[in-house]
Amino acid sequence: MRDPSTHLRRAAVAWAVLSVLGVLGVVLLLGPHMPPGRGTVEASEQTTANILIASIMLPIAIALWLFFAVALTTFRQRGDQLEDGPPLIGNARVQATWVAGTTLIVLFLAAFGTYTLIEPAKGAAGGGQGSDPLVTPAGKALRVQVIGQQWAWTFRYPAYGGFETTHLVLPVDRLVEFHVTALDVVHSFWAYELGVKADAVPGADNVAFVTPHKLETFSIRCAEVCGLWHGYMSTHGEVVDASAFSAWAQSEKAATALATRVLPTYAHTYYPDPPRRAG
Amino acid sequence: MTAARKLWAIGVLGVLAVALIAIYITQWLTVSPPAVASAAPRQGVTQLTLQTVASLGTAPHPEWVSYLVKDAHGHWVHSTLLHVPAHSTVRVTIYQYDTATGLRNPFWAQPQGVIGKTIKLDGKTISALDPDLASHTFAIPDLGVTVPLAGVADNAKNQCSVAPCTLAEAHHTIAFTFRTGAPGRYRWQCFVPCGAGFLFGFGGPMQTVGYMDGFLIVT
Repeated sequence: MRDPSTHLRRAAVAWAVLSVLGVLGVVLLLGPHMPPGRGTVEASEQTTANILIASIMLPIAIALWLFFAVALTTFRQRGDQLEDGPPLIGNARVQATWVAGTTLIVLFLAAFGTYTLIEPAKGAAGGGQGSDPLVTPAGKALRVQVIGQQWAWTFRYPAYGGFETTHLVLPVDRLVEFHVTALDVVHSFWAYELGVKADAVPGADNVAFVTPHKLETFSIRCAEVCGLWHGYMSTHGEVVDASAFSAWAQSEKAATALATRVLPTYAHTYYPDPPRRAG
Repeated sequence: MTAARKLWAIGVLGVLAVALIAIYITQWLTVSPPAVASAAPRQGVTQLTLQTVASLGTAPHPEWVSYLVKDAHGHWVHSTLLHVPAHSTVRVTIYQYDTATGLRNPFWAQPQGVIGKTIKLDGKTISALDPDLASHTFAIPDLGVTVPLAGVADNAKNQCSVAPCTLAEAHHTIAFTFRTGAPGRYRWQCFVPCGAGFLFGFGGPMQTVGYMDGFLIVT
């Protein structure tokens, strides 16, 4: 049998080559298709984060797979005679390298994640920030209220008379301020391609920001198990240009005028009323 | 008890537990209301006739609120699986026997997705209902259809207590028409929190296919 250090050197070279190829593959081949896409600043940040994390994880995964491969092929016990392996006596350098390496990776990811969340231009990466957002992007925002109920999403546009609709249409290149709430149980508003995800909680106003930069249709899902039709609580939204948005808003306002008359005054939350069943 | 007997006992209990879980899952997956075909279309229009009752009156949940559907032979069937033709016009008549609960979201008070944007309530054309007077809704979200159903007055005489209810008992008649789309299974539901005795009215019959939820099976 060869000197173990020879195996170690070979494995290290194989790891380095496979890691470089793997990371290049992640960045160049997988990267352009990495979810959730580049349709908004927030989604773009998430896509970048996914590529970065995958690029860090892959060499670690390759090291583990390689370790197993070398152990199973090179150090496998052959023949009928069983004998104990050499005693493990520890290796301070290996242990220190492992602890230092993993600590650095975790600290780097924590710093990167925190920076992404608090950088104003990135609007807290599309996450719900509660009723008093820590990060508010600059610019005049279009306010859209998202109301979750078993089992549908509806949307109110306070800037257009507070009409409510089952359609979510947004203007391109304009900051949008979502106010997410619910009327019954906890839901979670997940506009996948927009990179927005915010819990919808009865009695709570959860604010999330997004700036769409691409004309596209995006999917909306509920990301919190909310009852029988949770799996069906999905729909689509659309990002359109400014003039199309304006025309749609006026048209939808007129179409829902009768419902708007009986809606409660626009508020951040609505008490789930009636709380009982009559009869 | 010897170790062997202990092992046997644990084994038998384990097998029993697995069997009970398997029976429960199998029943849960297979027990389903019958799918009811609508009457044959006349002049291209399919007639679907439903009724809503405050309490079904029969096991396993006699006290639950429920929908019923009239089959092609004119019999009332306890089901919410409704067969209708694809790309067709469906005329729905609902006999509504329950009292009002009120809409949690008044937005659903305006009929949507129906032909003419109006519905008939006891023969009178309306384009919106007072949300406090709603007893239930008939909504097919994927087809954009939502229709509020007016509740019977709390003090109405001769209220129906057990399904199927008859036209001699206090009720409202709601009629509307909508278009089906491509073949598929479209879930439908009630948006009124009408599950009596459950938290915020959204448990029990509101969470069970066959009562206030179902599928429109478009073929």
